[in-house]
Amino acid sequence: MQNAADLTPAIEISGLNTFFGDFQALADVNLRVAKGEKMVVCGPSGSGKSTLIRCINRLETHQSGTLKVDGVTLDDGRAARDAIRSNVGMVFQQFNLFPHLSVLDNLTLGPRRARGMTSEDATSLAMHYLERVRIPEQADKFPRQLSGGQQQRVAIARSLCMEPQIMLFDEPTSALDPEMISEVLDVMVELAESGMTMVCVTHEMGFARKVADTMVFMDHGRVVEHAPPDTFFNNPASERCRDFLNQILSH
Amino acid sequence: MRLAFVVLAVSLLAGCASDNWGWYVVDPTTTSGASNLKFLLSGLGNTVLLTVTAISISVVVGLLVALPGLSQRAGLRRFNRVYVELVRAVPILVLILWVYYGLPQVTGLSINVFWAGVIALALSDSAFQAEIFRAGIQSISRGQYEAAQSISLNYRDTMRYIILPQAIKRILPALGNQLVYMLKMSSLVSVIGMQELTRKANELVVSEYRPLEIYTVLVLEYLVLILLVSAGVRWLERRLQADERN
Repeated sequence: MQNAADLTPAIEISGLNTFFGDFQALADVNLRVAKGEKMVVCGPSGSGKSTLIRCINRLETHQSGTLKVDGVTLDDGRAARDAIRSNVGMVFQQFNLFPHLSVLDNLTLGPRRARGMTSEDATSLAMHYLERVRIPEQADKFPRQLSGGQQQRVAIARSLCMEPQIMLFDEPTSALDPEMISEVLDVMVELAESGMTMVCVTHEMGFARKVADTMVFMDHGRVVEHAPPDTFFNNPASERCRDFLNQILSH
Repeated sequence: MRLAFVVLAVSLLAGCASDNWGWYVVDPTTTSGASNLKFLLSGLGNTVLLTVTAISISVVVGLLVALPGLSQRAGLRRFNRVYVELVRAVPILVLILWVYYGLPQVTGLSINVFWAGVIALALSDSAFQAEIFRAGIQSISRGQYEAAQSISLNYRDTMRYIILPQAIKRILPALGNQLVYMLKMSSLVSVIGMQELTRKANELVVSEYRPLEIYTVLVLEYLVLILLVSAGVRWLERRLQADERN
């Protein structure tokens, strides 16, 4: 049985506009992500897909429109921003691990400093998530000693240690060597199966077919196509989307 | 470099043979020479104490001046610019004289020679430290800030645990240079009567009238000190790099 809180969308975006100087990165974006929904966003580079998910946890600021995360409206105030960030995890293309800290310290820093956990609690939480991304044996190493795939899994575990309701992925496999992509995608599939709300910017269409509830195609800062995967892959409404899919699926 | 050293050494040794040199004045085998040497070296503690105290303060002040320089607020950035430009424009010797003779008249508090020297050196150096810290912090990629924000770290924790540890590692050579520079500039505090290496040498020259030998010893004193500091900084750099590798 669903109660009222579950019906609040995880993310609700309406009329969102973002500018970098004169360049309009997002134009009138409207999207809803339900709790537990997995949304995959794709599109050519410069289409605004990264900007979109970076707006969700305020790494970029929008100039107009509204953006609500779990019912909280993101405004210029700190309180809303902090509330939303504590609820939203983010995985970056370049991993952005802290190179001077061990894997374990990368994971425990947030829980200790931002969530006020004791060192022991943070460590056991970190080990729990390292096991989930299948690299508990790397806990004492430094990021540079790990492969790209391992680093990205550590980055995912670091986000999960904050126990967010929503996870954002900004091209998580784009900086990886081909043979390391699947180990990261496997972790993401498991995460999806666990019921996490996810917004993924990726061109991994196999992954998208497997986990996505909705597909979004963006171009020139606009949402051009927004459909369930079946419709999206087999019968896209727009010419642009069809061309794009042909290009990335042709090889 | 090595050639220049050989030429210098040969000419000095040649000088020793002639009547120009009178090394007896600092000859440790004679009673008076040994006591003269002891007198010269007695300034060492003060030179080191002055330098270390001043640089400790200037690092902290430099960091506190650098941070507003990185702010998004124009007012804070302007404070940083004005501070750096003003302080950098005053010669250290002038600052020493001003702090020692001028500041007590403004504040009504008398300062002793040591603290006047520390304040002047630290103030002067803080402007350079601020620029070094600003460059170091700016060299850390934006991704590090974003990752810190994404795990809800506040500004203080982000600086303390993420940015500064990485930035300090990068600016260590520059901080080492600054320490060497301060060690040398501390000799200027002799003009207000601080009993450090240079002052001791000056006083001995007045009584012994052997400037060539005494100032040569003074040069060697600074040379040894600074080579030791350089070696120490290099050792620290190597250690920090090794930390990252294993």
